[in-house]
Amino acid sequence: MPIQTMKGALRALLLIAIFFSGAWSQASGLIDDFLFYLPDVQFLMGQHLWLTAVSGGLAIATAIPLGIVLSRPSMARWAESLMQVLNVGTTIPTLAVLALSMSFLGIGTVPAVFGLFVATLLPITRNTYAGLKGVSPALMEAAAGIGMSPIQRLFKVELPNALYVIFAGIRTALTINVGTVPLAFLIGAGGLGELIFTGIALYDTVMMLSGAIPTALLAIIVDALIATIAFLVVPRGVNPSRA
Amino acid sequence: MIQLDSLTKVFDTPKGAVVAADHISMEVSAGEICILLGPSGCGKTTTLKMINRIIRPTSGKVYIDGEDTTGMNTQELRRNIGYVIQQIGLFPNMTIEENITVVPKLLGWDRAHYKERAREMMAMIALEPDAFLKRYPSELSGGQQQRIGVARALAADPPVMLMDEPFGAIDPINRAVIQDEFLKMQQELNKTIMFVSHDIDEAIKMGDRIAVFREGKLVQYSTPDDLLAAPKNAFVESFLGEDRALKRLNLVKVREIVSDDIGTVTPGDTLEKALAKIDDFGYQNSILMINDQRQPAGIITRSVARTTKGYCRDHFQNIPATVNLEDDLRKVASLMFAHDTTWLPCVDDEGRVCGQITQRAMTRHLGSRFRAREGDIREANATTGE
Ligand SMILES: Nc1ncnc2c1ncn2[C@@H]1O[C@H](COP(=O)(O)OP(=O)(O)OP(=O)(O)O)[C@@H](O)[C@H]1O
Ligand SMILES: [Mg+2]
Repeated sequence: MPIQTMKGALRALLLIAIFFSGAWSQASGLIDDFLFYLPDVQFLMGQHLWLTAVSGGLAIATAIPLGIVLSRPSMARWAESLMQVLNVGTTIPTLAVLALSMSFLGIGTVPAVFGLFVATLLPITRNTYAGLKGVSPALMEAAAGIGMSPIQRLFKVELPNALYVIFAGIRTALTINVGTVPLAFLIGAGGLGELIFTGIALYDTVMMLSGAIPTALLAIIVDALIATIAFLVVPRGVNPSRA
Repeated sequence: MIQLDSLTKVFDTPKGAVVAADHISMEVSAGEICILLGPSGCGKTTTLKMINRIIRPTSGKVYIDGEDTTGMNTQELRRNIGYVIQQIGLFPNMTIEENITVVPKLLGWDRAHYKERAREMMAMIALEPDAFLKRYPSELSGGQQQRIGVARALAADPPVMLMDEPFGAIDPINRAVIQDEFLKMQQELNKTIMFVSHDIDEAIKMGDRIAVFREGKLVQYSTPDDLLAAPKNAFVESFLGEDRALKRLNLVKVREIVSDDIGTVTPGDTLEKALAKIDDFGYQNSILMINDQRQPAGIITRSVARTTKGYCRDHFQNIPATVNLEDDLRKVASLMFAHDTTWLPCVDDEGRVCGQITQRAMTRHLGSRFRAREGDIREANATTGE
């Protein structure tokens, strides 16, 4: 009971705080300042999402097949060393990846998408590979012994059992992707980074926050969205969050 | 029918070649259960897995129903062989129903047919369909999972079954129950079954024939009775255990050694007549009294008959126990020990007396095989009364 009362009190305090901060920002004209950037935010957010969708979509479409191919028994000799290379790749900061891709592809959307694609590709490939390799040998033997073909084994047994891990990879990768898109502004691809970096350059806090807050919100929304999809798509028997 | 012809598997390991199966040749007749028995690492699983080609033989051939399987399509071959793996291996992403219907679906059965089949299978393994079909494997106990594993292997009604320690993960009480269920099932289904076990009691109970393995070699292949009575060498003998003669009690039915030469009295007989009969038949201490339907009604003891005058109906004692023709000798021995008696009346299914079984007949029957092996004169199973 004391805990309940504490929670109630905290909630009331929070509401009061929100009310006063709202009143204060209205009085000081802060809200009007933010509203000034609204059209920019709308346009740049569209650009931002587009960059995420294209680079993320391409990354998923490449990483999952790549992970599947690497996990095939016939690839066993190459797979481990290739995964090592990918792991080293993951440790390179995204900013460096973007800089590298700019030095090859120049300035604009294409090098940005490419850089984001590379950064997103790695976690998904790694999780797909690990998820498929993690399927218990007993299951694989049962599937083979029952008379499933290799393709049937992949789609009926391996992928469904690895799906939860694969989705975890997609979730991490896309959340990082959304948070990294602002850097794309630095090589001339637009996005909410425009407000953030310009705001920083001009010491304009309101401008910077008009870029930073939507970016943070986007990251949270993408994360929740993918978690929801995973919850619905991954079969109940292998879905820890539905157990 | 399954035939193995010089089936051999050599594993190349960093430490050198391991011969897991060494020229195994044997034959399992249609409708029989063959148990592969032996200590850990002797090659049972390897031999089993070469039949459905989970493991590729180094050399040798497998014939199923006389047909060489070497040239067959692997997937097709496996769909016609039910396979229960040692680790159960249910698909956790599928419901129980989906698990059971995997093979029927692969074989292209229509929906109504395989759904119906799933319910049939559940009835067969004694699990409630409505309660279980929509659950996932993780929501079942180990024993229930193991039954589903057997149901999955049986679902498409394959003529041949390979089972690797299918009841290994179940506690002894439930294991006995499942073994009984399975044997009942087998009586109807008549599958040809290869069954791996390292439990001798299970082998004796389940097997029509037992193949004993040692270090990749097939040491002895015979019926459980022959195996227990005449182990081929010291290894088999020690593997079977010191009490192998007692284990044979499980295998012999009362029917095989019952003696129909039994003296009885009726309630209307005098005790004097009873005493005469006891002496005639050479019984030591008692004689059975039956009613007019030939059902056992009581026993008249020698001491009563000798010291008392009157009719049997007024001076009988209760019968300690009766045994049925289909009971095994283990139960008989247990009843004899419990009631401190050396003979028991046998009744048929209608409860009518059809003979008696004596401790002496039992010892003779079990002993005769051992003596025969030692070259003594083989004695007839004749049972003499007491
Ligand atoms: N893939 C493999 N590579 C190398 N050696 C193997 C392999 N599989 C089995 N062996 C060896 O072959 C021998 C027989 O193994 P197998 O699995 O057939 O034994 P088993 O009789 O089934 O034993 P258990 O009762 O413990 O299951 C063992 O010595 C084992 O170490
Ligand atoms: Mg084994």
